[in-house]
Amino acid sequence: MSAISISGLNKHYARVHALHDIDLTVERGEFFGLLGPNGAGKSTLINIVAGLTRFDTGHVAVLGHDVVTAYRQTRRLIGVVPQELAYDPFFNVREVLRIQSGYFGLHKNDAWIDELLAALMLTEKAGANMRALSGGMKRRVMIAQALVHRPEVVVLDEPTAGVDVELRKSLWAFIRRLHREGHTIVLTTHYLEEAEALCDRIAILNHGKLIALDTKQALLMRGIGHTRRVCITTEQPLGRLPETLEKKVRRQEGNQLELRLDKSTDSVMAVLDALRAHGAVITDLNMEGADLEDVFVELTQTQKV
Amino acid sequence: MNLIGLYTLFCKEVLRFGKVLLQTLIAPVITALLYLLVFGHVFEGRVQAFPGVSYTMFLIPGLVMMSVIQNAFANSSSSLIQSKVTGNIVFMMLTPLSHLEFFLAFVLAAVVRGILVGVGVYLVALVFTAVPIKHPGFILLFMFLGSATLGAIGVIAGIWAEKFDQLAGFQNFIILPLSFLSGVFYSIHSLPEFWQRLSHFNPFFYMIDGFRYGFFGVSDTAPSVSLAIVTLFLVVLSGITLVLLKTGYKLRD
Ligand SMILES: Nc1ncnc2c1ncn2[C@@H]1O[C@H](COP(=O)(O)OP(=O)(O)OP(=O)(O)O)[C@@H](O)[C@H]1O
Ligand SMILES: [Mg+2]
Repeated sequence: MSAISISGLNKHYARVHALHDIDLTVERGEFFGLLGPNGAGKSTLINIVAGLTRFDTGHVAVLGHDVVTAYRQTRRLIGVVPQELAYDPFFNVREVLRIQSGYFGLHKNDAWIDELLAALMLTEKAGANMRALSGGMKRRVMIAQALVHRPEVVVLDEPTAGVDVELRKSLWAFIRRLHREGHTIVLTTHYLEEAEALCDRIAILNHGKLIALDTKQALLMRGIGHTRRVCITTEQPLGRLPETLEKKVRRQEGNQLELRLDKSTDSVMAVLDALRAHGAVITDLNMEGADLEDVFVELTQTQKV
Repeated sequence: MNLIGLYTLFCKEVLRFGKVLLQTLIAPVITALLYLLVFGHVFEGRVQAFPGVSYTMFLIPGLVMMSVIQNAFANSSSSLIQSKVTGNIVFMMLTPLSHLEFFLAFVLAAVVRGILVGVGVYLVALVFTAVPIKHPGFILLFMFLGSATLGAIGVIAGIWAEKFDQLAGFQNFIILPLSFLSGVFYSIHSLPEFWQRLSHFNPFFYMIDGFRYGFFGVSDTAPSVSLAIVTLFLVVLSGITLVLLKTGYKLRD
């Protein structure tokens, strides 16, 4: 039995074909990443699994239970942290968590709530009104809300969006701990380093279509086959680049320039020549293999044409 | 049935208005009091609806029921629209609460708010004039049916509205006129024939008329007819609300 199984899933909004024939299985105990550019359909997919959104055709199940006909079971088995920051301004943190427990039929849940508060570094804020919390704290309360009923499957829709570096690291540690304790984790993110650091298997969505679904290693291998990263340091900051190079830029900061080159069509020598012709004095050069970002860009760009 | 879930959502809805009593209880009582002062003063001694019943006496049950109606509606509709606009409705939608549990929690909380405001208006009105209570059972029954009905209408309006001003429109163009033109301030027998007939199509008229019967033992329409119509109205609206919730209309698009 899989943690999540999706087959033949289609979803239309008024004009948008948000999800296109999606077949996807997440196994129990996996750490699964869902990637894709803005508007790809990641949240729509998650919301369908959570029962927040209806769909046109297909079949979606959580641990073998249909999300439409057996929604009571599936919602007890899954904990979802929605993407949008939302909170009830009428209540404090502990009240919010007690209410959320009550919805799941749990009357006396304070021991577990205390554990969650401690794990998410919210103990001191237990009595604070939701309005009085910072964005990062509200995000952590949302994570606690998703876990009040100890769901086996935990789905996080961009849990680290708008979160500072330190908090992101501690959230990673927390999510890793959940995974170690046996939870199945599904995570969407825009930070490719996040997916690279955490996930075992990754699906990439683009324009509502599943364009890649593989282990992280396999995806990285794919990128290594086609792309190489070239990091160039120049004496002076470069400013505007010639048009031929601009398309290949991955990152540009001061006198550091990172280019993404296609192994079969781009020659490193030609690039260096072009830079020299532009007046650059190159002081250092580094070549590296692809990372997940390269795979991602490669896959989502070839889709567009 | 997820009874703990239902009870939790009900308590949350009651706590929500309990935390802002000034707005949800005191203000509507004062509003009703103002109506009582102004209309009571202007019409006292000039209008007599039922024999032996002074105008102020006649007015009080109407004002109580009007407050019940408006506040029951306000409770469920404003709670829903706030949850939708701020997005925290998602935390209810993620739970195993069924459409029936969701419906009952919202409607029962609206009943509590409606009855609290109604009792508040009644108690304050007693300062001005004593009002007899002939059939307390009818009073309670109509108060329950009226507030439950408006609680259900509030759920429908809260589901339908996407912005606060749409909800305000619903309130100002439907709830307010229907409750004003339902015989709160006059007996419909004092109206011209055409308006009398028209009033019989206003379900709020039966709520107020049946409720007033509980106080005076007299009414414009037979109380059993009012009871049947108000009950039917509640059943139909509950059905509509449950269908909307079950299909996920606007809430699970
Ligand atoms: N409620 C809605 N009504 C209409 N269209 C919607 C709705 N929700 C999403 N869409 C559309 O569906 C598509 C997929 O949106 P979705 O939110 O799933 O993307 P996403 O991959 O989560 O993007 P992001 O990374 O920005 O969160 C988009 O084109 C979006 O405009
Ligand atoms: Mg999203």
